[in-house]
Amino acid sequence: MLDNILSILIFFPALAAMFGFVIHKDSARAYGISVAFIELALSLLLWFSFDSNASGMQFMEQLPLVPAFGINYILGVDGISLFIIILASFFTLIGIASLTETKNVKNMIITLLFLQMTMVGVFAALDAIVFYVFWELSLVPMLYIIGAWGGPLRIYASIKFFLYTFTGSLVMLVGMLFMAYFYYQATGVWSFAILDWYRLILPETFQLWLFGAFFVGFAIKVPMFPFHTWLPYAHGQAPTIGSVILAAILLKMGTYAFIRFSLPMFPDASVFFMFPIAIIAIIMIIYTAMVAYAQEDIKQVVAYSSVSHMGVIILGTFALNVEGITGSIFLMIAHGVVSGALFLLVGVIYDRRHTKMMSEFGGLASVMPRYATIFGLMLMASVGMPLTINFVGEFLSLLGFYKQSHILTLLAGAAIIVGAIYMLAAYKKMFFGKVTNEKNRNLPDVNKRELLALIPLSIITIWLGVYPKPILEPINNSVESIVQLMHDKSITEEAKSRIPNLIEGIEITKTSTQGAH
Amino acid sequence: MLEPVNVSLESLNLMTLSPMLIPIIGALMIIVVDLFKSGLDKTLYVMLSLLFLVMDFGAILESAGAFAQNGTIMGIFDVMLIDGLAILSQLIIVGASMLFIPLALTSKRFHEFSYPEFFALFLFMISGFQFMVATDNLILVFVGLETSSLALYTLIAMHNRDKSFEAAVKYFTMGALAAGFYSFGAMVFYALTGSVEINQIASVLAANKYADIGYVLIGVTFMLASFGFKLSLVPFHTWAPDIYEGASASMAGFMSIVPKIAAFIVAMRIFEFLIHSGVVWLEVILYIFVVVTMTAANIWALVQTDVKRMLAYSSISHAGFVMAAILIGTTQSNSALFLYWALFTFTNLGSFSMLWISRQKHIPAHQSSDHSYNKFAGMVRTAPVAASIMALFMLSLAGIPPFALFWGKLYMIASAVSGGYTVLALIMALNSAIAGYYYLKLIVYMFMLDPVKGADEHVFTNNASLSLRTIIGLAAVGTIFAFIAVNPLLEFITAFVYNSGY
Repeated sequence: MLDNILSILIFFPALAAMFGFVIHKDSARAYGISVAFIELALSLLLWFSFDSNASGMQFMEQLPLVPAFGINYILGVDGISLFIIILASFFTLIGIASLTETKNVKNMIITLLFLQMTMVGVFAALDAIVFYVFWELSLVPMLYIIGAWGGPLRIYASIKFFLYTFTGSLVMLVGMLFMAYFYYQATGVWSFAILDWYRLILPETFQLWLFGAFFVGFAIKVPMFPFHTWLPYAHGQAPTIGSVILAAILLKMGTYAFIRFSLPMFPDASVFFMFPIAIIAIIMIIYTAMVAYAQEDIKQVVAYSSVSHMGVIILGTFALNVEGITGSIFLMIAHGVVSGALFLLVGVIYDRRHTKMMSEFGGLASVMPRYATIFGLMLMASVGMPLTINFVGEFLSLLGFYKQSHILTLLAGAAIIVGAIYMLAAYKKMFFGKVTNEKNRNLPDVNKRELLALIPLSIITIWLGVYPKPILEPINNSVESIVQLMHDKSITEEAKSRIPNLIEGIEITKTSTQGAH
Repeated sequence: MLEPVNVSLESLNLMTLSPMLIPIIGALMIIVVDLFKSGLDKTLYVMLSLLFLVMDFGAILESAGAFAQNGTIMGIFDVMLIDGLAILSQLIIVGASMLFIPLALTSKRFHEFSYPEFFALFLFMISGFQFMVATDNLILVFVGLETSSLALYTLIAMHNRDKSFEAAVKYFTMGALAAGFYSFGAMVFYALTGSVEINQIASVLAANKYADIGYVLIGVTFMLASFGFKLSLVPFHTWAPDIYEGASASMAGFMSIVPKIAAFIVAMRIFEFLIHSGVVWLEVILYIFVVVTMTAANIWALVQTDVKRMLAYSSISHAGFVMAAILIGTTQSNSALFLYWALFTFTNLGSFSMLWISRQKHIPAHQSSDHSYNKFAGMVRTAPVAASIMALFMLSLAGIPPFALFWGKLYMIASAVSGGYTVLALIMALNSAIAGYYYLKLIVYMFMLDPVKGADEHVFTNNASLSLRTIIGLAAVGTIFAFIAVNPLLEFITAFVYNSGY
């Protein structure tokens, strides 16, 4: 079973979704929770049987799909993708469990299970076309979730979401075809296998163009400034569950793809574009933080803060050294947990009052103390307080980039302080002071079902903030091998000096840890 | 004193004719049956036609086997040319027709199917298309073209709607114009080279190193205009949406597939040798045709209010997309053309059949036309399975993986990439993104909007019968599981195209 565990992880939810059509609509939620629970158990099994000391791909599977054209069904996980897969199954479970009264709940659960298939598929795929298949397929369930259960502008928001990402990924597809063609020219065989592509060393001009083609697809998905305009609409109109999955998992596809494709395949182009992208990332951090400060809708605040944090992830990724990339992967998981939790929390208050305007609230701390506590905790995590999960990721990302540029890192660090300002301001508006609005006076505090979703998230937030090692170590191992690959592959002097050579580097870190003991 | 001409029967290789003769015999037989006893039910004729088509398919498979062993087969004074292109395109033509003909078995009664002539004409038309693709001879191409076109005009006119007559007459005039252009172009080539065989023309032109390039270009221009009409390339496309609207949905689906593949083959035979021998003007003009057809048709499709007209524009755009294969002109691109069209057959026939089963006898007040978008509003509430299948076809047409057409698009864009047409590859990709919008629009209507008040809930499967459901089921299965079929299909197609020297 372990040999095919990735295929099982991908297609079990899909199969369950097919069977789900038969389930009576009153029992659909229980069915969904059971399936998502099994899926989570399977993904935890994957973690326990995962060898944390190995850096390469594990649980590889391979089946020919279109061998005449080099397309094969190849799966595998390493430390980078493992935890995002677990996160995806975890959030599907939490999302279904915390689902409040929805119309057509059965359709929603079937859609979520299909979405889970595509999410796991994207992170487990090691063939570019298989990756692309899941990447594109993930748009369809999300389109339906936003378009069928969203707010008043839902159709506009869902189509904007779909077309934006679809356009970007088609450009990426052309890039993939070029990459396969270059591989064909070099070796005489067509191949879309990512591990084959890793071995291909391209001239710098080709790298630049291909990097650009892939960048369009990934940057829209992340979303990076100035392609981010679809995201606030999508978040604003999506139902709670849609926002949670979108922020926690779907956005990570873009940043994950940068690490899986762009960095190891085009190391010289990555170095070439390092500063332009870092500047975009910093604009993204500062600009969206400022926009977030101006919002009156709490969900928009969370949405923009989520974009802002994605900027830190990008910055860490393009530090191009082990600390930065490890940090950015850790921050992906942290951001998933924290912003997912924040969207859930916004959903809690929206269910009670059917408004998300901060001006409608005030003094909630005295009415809903438990809610205020959890919200406060997540808010602290979101602004990157030490001993919370976000801190580890942000710190490592910034540390990584500090080695490349001091000034830009200082700017980014300053921007995180802006993040603290708007989050605290929002918290103050909603929770402190006197209860001014009579409607808020008798709001019920979080109920058991909501706690069931929020407590595990709070525990993870603190646990991984205090003791990140179980996750950090496997990530670190895989990242080291990628950085080493980049260093070996790079052809320009600039790239050789920017990307550290770890054969010596590992020893230094070892001695320094020994010194610390 | 005339010498008696001695031709041995074997040298004629009459077997090359058998795939075309089978539908002709079938058509004659249907007429004879009607002579003996008139007023027989349409099911008889449908099944007879289907039987002959199956036999036809078998005969083509047999010649495919012969081709795989011995290479290209010539026959009847070298007029017939059975090469890989001829076999592949005949397989698509007859295969699509086999899927089409059971669509006549609707649960509602339609005027045209009560005439046995409908089925006889249909079979004549098929043999016409088969002649068109299985020859190198411009005159036989013309004969095939006219046989099939005249039959097709009549088939459209038999649908009992005001717009059908208009459509048939429009198609007739446009078709006559195209035929005129074609014969004039053929005449110019004959005047230049003294031959009506494409390979002879090619070798004569190559021998005198394209000395009369001016005349060649005149001939090419007429040919382009003629195929522009047949393939509905912009700006010769204006007939297509009106005729699709006037014809029955099933006929429109048929027209979007079968006549076009026949025209593609002839265009491939004529234009590719010209492009390869360096007629730059043709390359430029084809490039423009391809890009404008793809893009403009997509933009028109965005503003349609009727699903059938939208699909008409979408199939114009697809034709432009596939025309790129002829422009690129490598083995890979020619294989991509067949792969694309084989997959497109399933998807497009499926989507038109979905319109066909929702065909009403009378148009209710809230609908502006037979298949207006608002007819499909909230379809998921009343007919969830039908809505899901329709959405599946739309996603496939938009090129969402892993559904059928994605693989066609993938391979076509890949052939553009490896043929050195980088910009074209990007334009093709971006056009797929534009197209995404109008396919999505139907999905939005079906899944996200509320039904129009007072709409008949059963309209979506109004016209369904077991055989229609079967056809749609086949199309849906073909669309979903295309990823399994792509590899064998691709190997088969590439071998055939490569062995015919394209």
